[in-house]
Amino acid sequence: MMDFLTLIQVLDSTVRLATPLLLACLAGLFSERAGIFDIGLEGKMLMAAFFSAAVAATTGNVWLGLLAGIASSLVLAGLHGLASITFRGNQLISGVAINFLAAGMTVLIAQDWFQQGGRTPSLISGGRFEPITLPFANAVEGVPVLGPIYSELLSGHSILVYLAFLAVPATAWILFGTRFGLRLRAVGENPAAVDTAGVSVVGLRYAAVMICGLLCGIAGAYLATALQAGFVKDMTAGRGFIALAALIFAKWRPWHALGACLLFGLLQAVALRFQNIELGSIVIPVQFMDALPYILTVVILAGFVGKAIPPKAGGEPYVKER
Amino acid sequence: MDKMPKWADVVLIPLISLILAALLSALVILGIGEDPIAAVKLMVSGALGSTYGWGYTLYYATNFLFTGLAVSVAFHARLFNIGGEGQAMLGGLGVALVCLYIPWPHWSLALIFASLGAALFGAAWAAIPAYLQAKRGSHIVITTIMFNFIAAAVLNYVLVNLLRPVGSMDPATARFPEAVHLPSLHELLAPLGIAFSKSAPANVSFVLAIVACFAVWLLIWRTKLGYEIRAYGNSEPGALYAGISPVKITMIAMLISGGLAGMMATNNVMGEAERLVLNSTEGAGFIGIAVALMGRSHPFGVFLAAILFGFLYQGGAELALWTSIPRELIVVIQALVILFTGALDNMVRVPLEKAFLALRREKA
Repeated sequence: MMDFLTLIQVLDSTVRLATPLLLACLAGLFSERAGIFDIGLEGKMLMAAFFSAAVAATTGNVWLGLLAGIASSLVLAGLHGLASITFRGNQLISGVAINFLAAGMTVLIAQDWFQQGGRTPSLISGGRFEPITLPFANAVEGVPVLGPIYSELLSGHSILVYLAFLAVPATAWILFGTRFGLRLRAVGENPAAVDTAGVSVVGLRYAAVMICGLLCGIAGAYLATALQAGFVKDMTAGRGFIALAALIFAKWRPWHALGACLLFGLLQAVALRFQNIELGSIVIPVQFMDALPYILTVVILAGFVGKAIPPKAGGEPYVKER
Repeated sequence: MDKMPKWADVVLIPLISLILAALLSALVILGIGEDPIAAVKLMVSGALGSTYGWGYTLYYATNFLFTGLAVSVAFHARLFNIGGEGQAMLGGLGVALVCLYIPWPHWSLALIFASLGAALFGAAWAAIPAYLQAKRGSHIVITTIMFNFIAAAVLNYVLVNLLRPVGSMDPATARFPEAVHLPSLHELLAPLGIAFSKSAPANVSFVLAIVACFAVWLLIWRTKLGYEIRAYGNSEPGALYAGISPVKITMIAMLISGGLAGMMATNNVMGEAERLVLNSTEGAGFIGIAVALMGRSHPFGVFLAAILFGFLYQGGAELALWTSIPRELIVVIQALVILFTGALDNMVRVPLEKAFLALRREKA
């Protein structure tokens, strides 16, 4: 049976693994709330992971790496905007193209840049986001129960983890507490009404897509410069799609997104630590744990456990009436 | 009235998109310090310069024919089946079960039933997303993506825990019996006096893929069901008014689509590997999207696009072998083709339509 320390360790790893999911999930939230479907979260994260690791490895400065990662993700976000807003193309096909573009370009550039078979050199200190020790973390370590929770679970993460968790209330406030957020949500439900009110649908949608790019950029940079030390081929490993699943699971709401990402992070952490889980006589295979986020999402989509209804105008290009 | 002649829509737009994608790919090759013209020469000689090269090109093309047709059929009903990868994986399971557990007297009989098994498993994997789309309105793109991941997990479980021979470390089934070995193009063409490379994997399932092309053409353009599928794809309210059931069309189109994707396994699992391994599909399900977009969802277009991608895959492998250009170049080209022929379609179409309108006005 699991002891307390194991539990803390699994939860600690949950927080680490949930962070990229959460950032990507919030990224998708902005985009899809504005009516732009984005299945290219994966590609944007991957591109950002590579450029952040590459620049951090070259300059030795992780902050420059972060900026480069965000910039590369913004370029892909701009491409998605161009295809799906300006040229009113199919948003899903654009997302597929972006995923492949990132999968190919990252390896191509990595091979040309570093000649290490499509990876970046391992990042050494300065090139990585280091864990931050919260105040008194060392002092309270010995306190039973609460001590380990504070010093192991809450303290000792990189700054991007705290940023990701702060992004949840920030997103909730922007979407539901500001005029911009109201308009952004309106443009995903009824763009014609927003247009009638004299607000630019195109401008709002571009803004949403760019915020999505920014957050995907941070998610990718976190993967390559904090969770791991460097870029390897296809390192996102489907996280963009798990984030998408979490977004549907959360029914496009920020606080629920936090819950969904923590749940899926926990599943990953458990699958990582235990191979097959024995519950009495029943053995849950590790493959089932891997598939569980996707199965849960399909169940939610099917509407058997509370229906997930996407923003009404999602996926539809807006054609201004003449 | 049409804004432009049909040939422009069918030939000119894909051609311009393709040229744009090729130009950008050339820039990418230049960007990594290689010579694009030398690269193209190497690809052509490697993929088309020998029967060995052709054997690989046609082998890859066979995979892409099946997955491209799968995406096309769904496209005609305005459904985006992104789950070809998962359906092809399950198709492989169908083929493996048929080949491993039934003693076949002859490969031809085995091929017929393996195709049925593959189609059945592929269709079954498409059935749940199709049902959820038709009955519950769950977005088919998302559910088919999720089913790709679930398929990978299922296959992993089945191979590791159930079908792996005792004592083997490799997550793969046992080798199929000799009786179900499919004749390669070498074996097929030798009696006709045509010399074809012995070691290339192209096999009789290429013929099966061409038959599938023809069957899809018949279905879509020569049958009532095909008409209903196209009508539904063009306008759901229109189809509803004409008494066409959306549930029925969604289900049937997706079952056919999944079945076609599954049948790919007759080529890669039965024809080449002769056992089921992990990740046997190698992304062919996704390439089907590019193939269908480029081929404008028409079987003949899909045929041409599949050959082109077969060429790119074999040529790309040769590039990776002889130069420092990694295989991932093909993934970039594939992305650019999807981008230009799919998502950025209007970028090419709108100026072209304007040009044709201006031309017509001048004539009038």
